[in-house]
Amino acid sequence: MKGFLLSFRSEFYKTRKTIAFWSAVILPSVICLMIFIGFFNHSDKLGNLPGAMLWFEFATPVLVVMGPLLLPMLVVFEAYSVNNIEHKAETWKTLFSLPLPRWSIYSAKYLYAFSLVVLCLALFMLFTLGFGNLLSVLKPALKFNEYHIESILAQIYLKLLLSALGILSIQFLLSLLFRDFLKPMGIGFVATISGIIMANLGWKYAYLFPYAIPMLTLRSVKPNNTMNSPSIPQITVDIFTKDIFVSLAVAVAVFVLGYFIVLKKSVK
Amino acid sequence: MVISTEGLSFNFGNQQVVRSLSLQVPEGSIYGFLGPNGAGKTTTIKLLLNLLKTDQGSIHIFNKELQSNRISILSQIGSLIEQPAIYLHLSGRENLLNRALLLQVPEERVDEMLDLVHLADAAHKKAGKYSLGMKQRLGIALALLSDPKLLILDEPTNGLDPNGIIEVRELLIRLVSQHKKTVFVSSHLLAEIERMATHVGIIHKGEMLFQGSIKDLEAISQPQIQVELNETVDAANFLKKQGVTVTEVNDECVSLPFASKTQMGEVNTLLNKNGYTVYSIKKVNKDLEKLFLDITQNA
Repeated sequence: MKGFLLSFRSEFYKTRKTIAFWSAVILPSVICLMIFIGFFNHSDKLGNLPGAMLWFEFATPVLVVMGPLLLPMLVVFEAYSVNNIEHKAETWKTLFSLPLPRWSIYSAKYLYAFSLVVLCLALFMLFTLGFGNLLSVLKPALKFNEYHIESILAQIYLKLLLSALGILSIQFLLSLLFRDFLKPMGIGFVATISGIIMANLGWKYAYLFPYAIPMLTLRSVKPNNTMNSPSIPQITVDIFTKDIFVSLAVAVAVFVLGYFIVLKKSVK
Repeated sequence: MVISTEGLSFNFGNQQVVRSLSLQVPEGSIYGFLGPNGAGKTTTIKLLLNLLKTDQGSIHIFNKELQSNRISILSQIGSLIEQPAIYLHLSGRENLLNRALLLQVPEERVDEMLDLVHLADAAHKKAGKYSLGMKQRLGIALALLSDPKLLILDEPTNGLDPNGIIEVRELLIRLVSQHKKTVFVSSHLLAEIERMATHVGIIHKGEMLFQGSIKDLEAISQPQIQVELNETVDAANFLKKQGVTVTEVNDECVSLPFASKTQMGEVNTLLNKNGYTVYSIKKVNKDLEKLFLDITQNA
């Protein structure tokens, strides 16, 4: 356990000045800030919306790109970055000749990539809530304070996080095996596009394909009634659906498989 | 023995790169692991660090079996394999601090290491901007950080300028003589190893051709006297008639085994007195290739 904690701290120390870490912070900051500015400038047109609708309008632009593209590509990028730092510096051999258990190095790296995804999603949620509340202070005409979206938003982001874990394990393993950028990124990109197509076509086995699950997750949280209806949209989030179980099962299976590959792998 | 292997073999696919290697590295020695590029030196080092899985044979380090005592053994080894593994986006000091974090070494030790390898002035410079020699020195500092009992260094003087080479050599000698360390150092340069090693192992095509103390090696390596003169063939025949052994003749010079400086003077006088013009006469050590030939022929 000590070896794991030391490795995890070292992962942070190594990446704290790199794009791998800062992308998880900058991405939500910039995107949420842009939406904030948009709302701020068009506050007069949005003033007549009820609080609930306003929040959904505010949170949707992020979620719409998050499910199909942003989340899978973020996972692909983070999984690649934490492994690439060792490929680039040729440090695998040094890392595995340190007096630390191999599992601790492997799992700390995986968990660090996972933490970066968690950080990014948590910041997306916090910035959405923070900027929304800020808007209601700066523009009292916008009735953000009429409705509390925190619980629903937290459930959606949690479900999105779980939906991406299968992709994380696969991409982590690919990035561990291939040192070049194109293979894991290329495979990840093609698989993500395939996932979007499968989910959009409504293929009944799409839930078995990890790269389609974030998109399926997004589709599953659509409001029960349309945005144009005068009533407040009702959203219920069922977190543990069969696609999420597939994502978790793939995540665990590929993570364990990856560990055995690392054990057997000769460090060149 | 600090390192002891028996019948160590390793294959990359169908190609056997290490063949039944039996290393014996005594405590407190500088063991020079000598061989040309591609001889299997780095592979052997990776086997010793458990980076590659042994196909056949056994490895004992500090009298413990490597596979089952991996962590306790590795905690007493500092290593530098091939080019130093350095995070180029971090400064030299940050590289050491990161390793210190993993090895739970106090921060003061980082500054001591920077002083030791003369990188204190460049400590805050990004390692990506270091020269090859500076990177190599940082690699040595990283290997020494945990104050290990055994240092395994793969071609540590690669890329260093003459001053750097001397510094590294003196550092290694000091570590062994003053701090009771054992150093296992690989090189493809015989001259480099001769200057610092107490023990030598020569590997060629994955096989150990020679292993013993540096004195044993000197006995085999037999320095030569190389005489540059006119009419080399005549001179060689003349020397043979005088009972002097000639090992090689070519258009430029005649070579004969070196015995002493007096003998060298006598040969010079003999040639001069008999009408040969000696342009130069010098003692040369056999190069590695010739040594290999000698050892394989004797084997």
